[in-house]
Amino acid sequence: MLKGMTRLVSRVHKMQKLRIRKLDPGRFLHSGTQAPQCLVAHLDNQVPTESPRAISRTLENDPAKHGEQHVGQHYNISIQELKTVFPHGLPPRFVMQVKTFNEACLMVRKPALELLHYLKNTNFAHPAVRYVLYGEKGTGKTLSLCHIIHFCAKQDWLILHIPDAHLWVKNCRDLLQSTYNKQRFDQPLEASVWLKNFKTANERFLSQIKVQDKYVWNKRESTEKGSPLAEVVEQGIMRVRNATDAVGIVLKELKRQSSLGIFRLLVAVDGVNALWGRTTLKREDKSLIAPEELALIYNLRKMVKNDWQGGAIVLTVSQTGSLFKPRKAYLPQELLGKEGFDTLDPFIPILVSNYNPKEFEACIQYYLENSWLQHEKAHTEEGKKELLFLSNRNPGLLERLCAYL
Amino acid sequence: MAAPCVSCGAAASYRLFLAGRVSFAREQGLWKAAAAGLQTGTRCQILRLKHSPAVTTKKNVAALRRESYTVDFIKKQIEEFNIGKRHLANMMGEDPETFTQEDIDRAITYLFPSGLFEKRARPIMKHPEEIFPKQRAIQWGEDGRPFHFLFYTGKQSYYSLMHEAYGKVLHVEERQDQLRAKGLFSEKPKTKDPIGSRWLIKEELEEMLVEKLSDQDYAQFIRLLERLSALPCDAAEEEFVGRFRRTVTVQSKKHLIEPLQYDEQGMAFSTGRGKRKTANAEAVVHGHGSGKIEINGVDYLLYFPVTQDREQLMFPFHFLDRLGKHDVTCTVSGGGRSSQAGAIRLAVARALCSFITEDEVEWMRQEQTEA
Repeated sequence: MLKGMTRLVSRVHKMQKLRIRKLDPGRFLHSGTQAPQCLVAHLDNQVPTESPRAISRTLENDPAKHGEQHVGQHYNISIQELKTVFPHGLPPRFVMQVKTFNEACLMVRKPALELLHYLKNTNFAHPAVRYVLYGEKGTGKTLSLCHIIHFCAKQDWLILHIPDAHLWVKNCRDLLQSTYNKQRFDQPLEASVWLKNFKTANERFLSQIKVQDKYVWNKRESTEKGSPLAEVVEQGIMRVRNATDAVGIVLKELKRQSSLGIFRLLVAVDGVNALWGRTTLKREDKSLIAPEELALIYNLRKMVKNDWQGGAIVLTVSQTGSLFKPRKAYLPQELLGKEGFDTLDPFIPILVSNYNPKEFEACIQYYLENSWLQHEKAHTEEGKKELLFLSNRNPGLLERLCAYL
Repeated sequence: MAAPCVSCGAAASYRLFLAGRVSFAREQGLWKAAAAGLQTGTRCQILRLKHSPAVTTKKNVAALRRESYTVDFIKKQIEEFNIGKRHLANMMGEDPETFTQEDIDRAITYLFPSGLFEKRARPIMKHPEEIFPKQRAIQWGEDGRPFHFLFYTGKQSYYSLMHEAYGKVLHVEERQDQLRAKGLFSEKPKTKDPIGSRWLIKEELEEMLVEKLSDQDYAQFIRLLERLSALPCDAAEEEFVGRFRRTVTVQSKKHLIEPLQYDEQGMAFSTGRGKRKTANAEAVVHGHGSGKIEINGVDYLLYFPVTQDREQLMFPFHFLDRLGKHDVTCTVSGGGRSSQAGAIRLAVARALCSFITEDEVEWMRQEQTEA
């Protein structure tokens, strides 16, 4: 009887199209529960036992303490932390969302929790383990990576974060012939930008770490052995011509010294399949450049090899910025190619998939709380089902859909 | 066989030629003077015929008004048609006695294959009743006195029909009064099939009465018939009203709803096909599922990255409130992305018909045509 009535009511609703105000009192009459004022409509006589805030948010802001019970919940990152930990590296849409909501909330999800568990139990005497996050487009690989980085930053690791390796293999305006090695090419702009962000993220380490070699930049400038790494970074930022070499030096030094145990190093690269793909950069004679002819890529490849100890390497393969890869490719084998896969070979793959129903619910709750979903139907079960269908629980798609709701 | 063939061939071709031209003439309302054998009632036309030279070729500009065919002429045409039919049957080696109109059509398309696109311009051979427009016989006798008493109203058949209908109404009411007086009257509610039939439209009524009507006349007539049908009538009156109703095929009844099939685990599923532009889709909808849709082995999120296409897939489920309840596996080929989405939508809707009641099917169809 109840079902029949609700069906009738829903038919009427469809006939009248979006007269939901009329509908609510009727439904409440039949369901008989007192819903809170924010109109979280749970029909079919299911009374929500906990209040909405508890489902989608958690007060536990330290990633180290996140566990199974926090899956699906959002935790807050304060804005100052955001500035220090993530000068670069957050996806642009997420940055916009942070600006809109005035708070940065990341959802705790299973793949990230798994990785955290591994990281907590790493043996730093062994060579660095490589973890590869893979998954279809929009499932949350980059944000999981950011979760890991936040954890490591809290644990006082040195974060070496390359936000998007694809940016280094395409659209480069100025390619210089490398000062260090004539066969290779420099990318001063990208290198200097990255150095700036690296400095912001890891200020406190730069004074502690001392370089172990003498580096001569040009006739007048050189860096002595034993001087802090900050000097190398400064040199790279100021003299843009030498930025790429500075990056190379930083990488080499960090790799050498992390085995000593002074600090723990996290190498986080997003879009690592760019290192072994193709580039769209051309020389003056219009011939294509292979990735290894770019100094940045060459040095990064050395970094990603697991011949050093004292840290971990977390990588993401993504199709989104990649060149010459089909849209439907998401497996590491497809995206890395033979060469890349062989180089990375012993790695731990971690699949990041679409939201499960609980996470989806939590995401919608989060949007509702921030008054992001303005459509009247967004509160109802029907609206949620529509969103579920249209996005198929894909986080990226859901976010894009909600943007226009 | 040669000689009769030639003659009947000539005769047949003459008739065909005439038929082709006349059928067009009927549509356009133009009349081109044809061969001798046409007699008209009025004198001026006979005179004109005497003056005009032979047969068919010259367009007679003066005689652009509709010419009428006499009853004799029509009779002669019918005889010639029957003879021609027998000749044709002979030609085709069939039995002349059992040669039907379909056989004639087939024979003509075989003997005179035509590549013309306009079907009405191709050679036809049909009974003269169908070809020549219905003419009225002369309405008055030799003394000039009209036969029908309503001739001077101008629309005699229409008014006589109205009189007849009204007479029937009065008759029924009288019978009702009698029954009421005797106390045997019982209120029987009339149940008429609302969807099965419709009233004649104005053009059909005009064709039936061979008279021009105005819109008000037509409306009046329909009102009277509705009044008559609302009263409790007996068989004769029902038959009278039935002459003015045409059946309307209910679209959804045409579409056979297959019963649910069950696979090994006992889960219900059903298949449906859909087409849109050049895309063909076949969908298998399973009874209990979680809303997963797989197209050509790929998830629908990957297959249709555009939201608009996924919305198209959503519509059948959303309409029936079954968004997360069914699993779909489908194959699609041809067309572009939008037409493939439309084809799958149709296939899914047809497959879903097996899961729901008949009313909902009809409602779905109406809403779809509305939307």
